[in-house]
Amino acid sequence: MPLSPAITDLEQLKGHPAVARLLAWKPGVVQSVKFDRDEMTINLDRSDLRAACALLRDDPECLFNFLSDITCVDWYPAEPRFEMVYHLLSIPKKERVRLKVRLESASPVIESLVPVWAGANYFEREVFDLFGIRFTGHPYLRRLLMPEDWEGHPLRKDYPVEGYR
Amino acid sequence: MAHLTPTPVLEPGQDRTMILNMGPQHPSTHGVLRVLLEIDGETVVRIMPDIGFLHTGIEKTCEAKFYQQVVPLTDRIDYLCPMTNNLCYVLAVEKLLGLEIPPKAQWMRVLMNELTRINSHLVWLGTHAMDIGALTVFLYCFREREEILKMFEMISGQRMMSSYFRVGGISLEPPLGFFDRVKQFAGYFPSKVDEYENLLTGNPIWGMRTKGVARMTAEDAIALGASGPTLRGSGVDIDLRRDMPYSGYENFKFNVPVAQEGDVFARYMCRVKELRESTSIVRQALDGMPEGPVKADAPGIVLPDREKMKTQMEALIYHFKIITEGFAVPAGEVYQAVESPRGEMGYYVVSDGTAKPYRVHMRAACLANLQTLPTMCEGGLIADVVAAIGSIDIVLGEIDR
Repeated sequence: MPLSPAITDLEQLKGHPAVARLLAWKPGVVQSVKFDRDEMTINLDRSDLRAACALLRDDPECLFNFLSDITCVDWYPAEPRFEMVYHLLSIPKKERVRLKVRLESASPVIESLVPVWAGANYFEREVFDLFGIRFTGHPYLRRLLMPEDWEGHPLRKDYPVEGYR
Repeated sequence: MAHLTPTPVLEPGQDRTMILNMGPQHPSTHGVLRVLLEIDGETVVRIMPDIGFLHTGIEKTCEAKFYQQVVPLTDRIDYLCPMTNNLCYVLAVEKLLGLEIPPKAQWMRVLMNELTRINSHLVWLGTHAMDIGALTVFLYCFREREEILKMFEMISGQRMMSSYFRVGGISLEPPLGFFDRVKQFAGYFPSKVDEYENLLTGNPIWGMRTKGVARMTAEDAIALGASGPTLRGSGVDIDLRRDMPYSGYENFKFNVPVAQEGDVFARYMCRVKELRESTSIVRQALDGMPEGPVKADAPGIVLPDREKMKTQMEALIYHFKIITEGFAVPAGEVYQAVESPRGEMGYYVVSDGTAKPYRVHMRAACLANLQTLPTMCEGGLIADVVAAIGSIDIVLGEIDR
């Protein structure tokens, strides 16, 4: 299957249930969309994330009821530096969607998704631990994998692979 | 719901309760899981898993390697199902490249994956039964596992860290006699599953230790991100092999065992039935194994055959370039999920157009499954904690990465 070019035109992708639902909720909420390699990506603003997730979880057309994964990508030295990536799965509809939020390096803060999915707990702690993103409203935001007294966030691109010696 | 408002700092507030530390060297924690328990007599009031003892920074290491060099690292994440990890990673990279895989390679991948699933479930069954006190099952399970490990050694040269899959196919043609050996194994294995079931399923002691223990509802399981048999044991019917097929799984017919009770016994039954289903998939893969090459025709990406490399100039150049410079992958990102023995294993690979991945993230099924432990155990007996940990089938290598 040779690669076909990515679709980034919002008009063409309006038919996707998640995009349609989000646009019906708040017209300006979708910053940009991308359909590439059979995967749907929706870029949102950080202030809309939690409400958008709750909406996509409960809407009968979407039913993205399962939070597959939360992770982060560091685009250092570009700004906005951090890209939070959320993968949602709809168990009844067998569909996936990816939500993304870009965060400035000056304030890597975003709403926690624990009130929407309790399972976001460990994923967010891991991102906090390895990238230093802060999640407001997280019940227990502490390091998960690294030791409590570790300095720095290892998965940031300005952290050397072999660590600080 | 207790899990929505976790208050995990364990302080012995009243003198009724005491704090008990379990692990990280406790034999029933399957590796290096540490669990903090607040107990009131024999009853668990609160439970808090503590992880990270096996963190090796694999995600960071991946960013410094070529795409093909990441394959051996993926083995070490979940060391009980190395080929599932291999598969998930190579599928993700192939999706990034837009690479088509020959049918024989796809069927070999399915065959090896199902053998891996049997292997992983055998280790789970043996250790889980041993935790609860049934020592014999362990010896029986490891007898059959040994045969699978010998098959892995035959095909890849390694018993455990097989690294058998490559971007673009599989590393080697299966050796002569391999299929006969698998066929023989698939022939007698169901009778061995009968043996395990004779020991456990109808056993009243096993029933008392597992039925009604560590219950979890379907809503809690979905909210907590549980997947695989941990989710199906609570009555949610999803299996990525059937529902979102990859690597040619749409050509196979199999049932997805689901149980409604949501207790340790339900999860046990799901996995034991999966042993039989996997054997059936192995048989189908053997019967329908297509002929043809096992590597894609992509000279700049797949290493040339040894014979060609030594006789043709062009093949030698490609060989040299792949080894020294890797191969560039078009920019983009992919999330590929497969059904590992433990649940949804996902690889999120981001490429910036160079020969090294910009970011590789593994969605560890066990990490999410472990979050269900407080929901399962709080309010139960302390002896049931061991049964609950065994029933979610954790592998700490995957949790800590």
